[in-house]
Amino acid sequence: MTDGGRTLVIGAGHNGLVCAAYLARAGHDVLVLEASHQVGGAAVTRELTRGFRVPAVAHLLYQLDPLVEHELALAGHGFARAKSGLKTVALAAGGEPLVLDGERIVSGPADADAVAYAAFMARMRRFARLLARQHGRLPPRLAFERWRDALPAGQLALDIRRLGREDMREFLRIITMPIHDLLEESFTHPLLKGAIALDAVLGTKLGARSGNSVFTYLHRLGGDAAPALVRGGPGALSEALAAAARHAGAEIRLSAPVAALVLTGGRVSGVRLESGETLPASVVVSGADPKTTLEGLLGARHLEAEFARRVHHVRSMGTAAKLNLALSGLPEFRGVAAGLVGERLVIAPDAGYVDEAFNAAKYRTYSQAPVIELTVPSVADAELAPPGKHVLSAIVQYAPYDLDGGWDASRDAFRELVLGVLERHAPGLRKLVIAAELLTPLDIERQFRIRGGHWHHGELTLDQAMMLRPVPGAAQYAMPVAGLYLCGAGCHPGGGIMGTAGRNAAHALLAGEKR
Amino acid sequence: MRAAREHYQQVVRYTPFHARTAAANALNLWHRWRDHTVADAYFDVGLEYTALRNASAVFDISPMTKHRIGGPDALAFLNRLVTRDVAKIRPGRVGYCVWCDDQGQVIDDGTIFHLAAGDYRLCSQERQLDWLLTSALGFDVTIREETGAVAALALQGPTSCAVLKALGLADVAALAPFAMRSFPFEGTELLVSRTGFTGDLGYELWVAPPFAERLWDRLFEAGDVHGLKPMGTHALEMSRIEAGFIQAGVDFLPADRAIRTDRTRSPFELDLAWLVDFTKPNFTGRRALLEEQRRGSRYRLVRLDVEGNKPAKDAYIYDAARNVVGAVTCAMWSPMAKASIALASVRMPAGAADDELWAEIYYQKELKWSRMNARCRVVSGAFFEPARRRQTPAPDF
Repeated sequence: MTDGGRTLVIGAGHNGLVCAAYLARAGHDVLVLEASHQVGGAAVTRELTRGFRVPAVAHLLYQLDPLVEHELALAGHGFARAKSGLKTVALAAGGEPLVLDGERIVSGPADADAVAYAAFMARMRRFARLLARQHGRLPPRLAFERWRDALPAGQLALDIRRLGREDMREFLRIITMPIHDLLEESFTHPLLKGAIALDAVLGTKLGARSGNSVFTYLHRLGGDAAPALVRGGPGALSEALAAAARHAGAEIRLSAPVAALVLTGGRVSGVRLESGETLPASVVVSGADPKTTLEGLLGARHLEAEFARRVHHVRSMGTAAKLNLALSGLPEFRGVAAGLVGERLVIAPDAGYVDEAFNAAKYRTYSQAPVIELTVPSVADAELAPPGKHVLSAIVQYAPYDLDGGWDASRDAFRELVLGVLERHAPGLRKLVIAAELLTPLDIERQFRIRGGHWHHGELTLDQAMMLRPVPGAAQYAMPVAGLYLCGAGCHPGGGIMGTAGRNAAHALLAGEKR
Repeated sequence: MRAAREHYQQVVRYTPFHARTAAANALNLWHRWRDHTVADAYFDVGLEYTALRNASAVFDISPMTKHRIGGPDALAFLNRLVTRDVAKIRPGRVGYCVWCDDQGQVIDDGTIFHLAAGDYRLCSQERQLDWLLTSALGFDVTIREETGAVAALALQGPTSCAVLKALGLADVAALAPFAMRSFPFEGTELLVSRTGFTGDLGYELWVAPPFAERLWDRLFEAGDVHGLKPMGTHALEMSRIEAGFIQAGVDFLPADRAIRTDRTRSPFELDLAWLVDFTKPNFTGRRALLEEQRRGSRYRLVRLDVEGNKPAKDAYIYDAARNVVGAVTCAMWSPMAKASIALASVRMPAGAADDELWAEIYYQKELKWSRMNARCRVVSGAFFEPARRRQTPAPDF
């Protein structure tokens, strides 16, 4: 397929870098083009104010693909975890917080649920492992034209069958369910239900009572994943991936935003940069989201009509905002032991609260009582802030991309609202704030070039998962326009810092060359 | 506005010629064409057909779906929509075309009128607004349904040019096939295109609806000595089969209406390969059609000369080994070809020239059914194609 010309990778996000590294290792002459002055896409560590470095967007590492970590020898390129297996501390409005450590309730008011929680988590892990096993596989094709196409579907069916009768029934019963209903059947304590509901909906345009939120929960569990903090912030992982890619022979050009794909006779033959410079290529791999790539850089007119319509209808309206704070001291959260502030703190006092917070997003307003996941990564990683000082990183929902009246008129008000919520849980926090930054989905779209500001490059619900991701007929990384591949989170298996999509895309491209 | 909002209450529509077609419809035979009431026949199907082939006949085509397409990307849009190269349809020209879905299956066929530079009218059998708007994603193009805004008549047959000359359109004879021109008419403009669905010398006349009845009256005044008659859909159907033309919903199932995937047909399977231009870098269906070209088609449209005089309506087609290989989609006794003719869709590789095919024909006489197996000969091209169809200047009769 490639005629010995250059392979261009658009975007030095983690998937783009992973894909570049694998392609370079396979002998491709790879050039990565990144719009920003630093690598990482949404997995970057940025200076918020002098001496304070924050995870700009993504802040926790759940399920970095172990194959990627191992095969690209990331440890050798500077990647390390500052802290692994973070506990979850569910903040209560005034009472005792609930502390979860994996499958265990460590402390808190939900003792009555302890046994049920362990059993619940054991089962969810089995289901999540089943889904995670599909991550590295080529998603099945919907039309079986060749025996090869039937194989992945058969594997999936077999995996489900292998769960055993009881688990299989339960899996099929709950997979499309709202997490709220599952939690109501399973537990009694609101804090526990709230914490799990938050996991199910974070980064999606779903409420706790939305169908599919069990599926998104299983995706977040990602098999046996437990949240971790990257030493140096997520940007350090991106730097390690960049180093691995360079080590493999790839070149990375920063501050080189791509304006458009160049076509010759219906085939992608290169890219044009915003600077006007044109770079020829034998193949172009885009780590940008499907809409940015196909509607923006390529143009719908170069697709066939039904395919263009499917791309146009990919649901990718972000609802998650990011609050980053530089603090002059360690904040104190009500009822939380000082030793737990470095864990993962969540504000989602019950599943109903999560769903009510979502209501606002449905009607294009922001939540008055938002759901928050926050970390103070500087507790475990002193590099991020000057001695004695800290940074706080919070994902805040719901902040719909398509806010009525636009974000530019409401950004400050929403930031104040969120600070007010935090202040209630951590009295005195406001006084510690040296600098604050709120990134709405609109800001994320503008700064990180993700259409809709959606963290996963498109909702990760069943209608946009596996063979339907990003759209039916394009789930195997090769786009219908010759010479163009996708490798980002908009592809199977989707978002979160995994690198699996990038790895899969590289393998799909290399396999295509052999055929 | 109220009328527009309550349009759904008007379940039957009348064409701008209805007062005249109703008066002429001695048989009171009607049917619905895209919600419009149109005449099946006016006085005698055979005589209407005879008028068409020996003098001239008028058919009301106002219900034909018409879309106006403009804007800076009109050409690019049309070129992505249809399989042929629209750039070759110059202003003042008309082009026959088909459009497909992503699977390369024909949604509909129609004609593109290049009215003025960058200003197009797309005429089709089926309503297409949804598909056109879907196809418009990413194009700077305006699409307007204008079916009701244009009244249209087909004037077809050997004396059709003479009728137009008698109407005062002096140099209409110079109009080449698939060309069009505007003429002043009663203080308005009459657009005349040398197009039609009969395979004969003929024209289509396009005018604003308020002038419709006047046009009808003037045509019949001018046409009286030239044997002009009104013609209904039955006579038109005979002529289009003789011409070998296909019709949506009869000879192929529009792809957007199909539920079963093997019921649709590609342009290759409708003998329309000449309309597919792979030199265009992109059009909807291109990938699938390239693949079909590589792998071979599933079906073939054949024009059959059927032994005997029994119309092979709805007949199964058999090969020499008596296996069913397809079915007839339309059939008739052709007075001009003096033959029983049929269009059929057969499964590849059946239907090659000189292939032995048989039609199983059921027919009845006085309620008694009989069956016969008739040998079929595969014919290339139209069953009836008079030289006058293509002659420029158009001959006088």
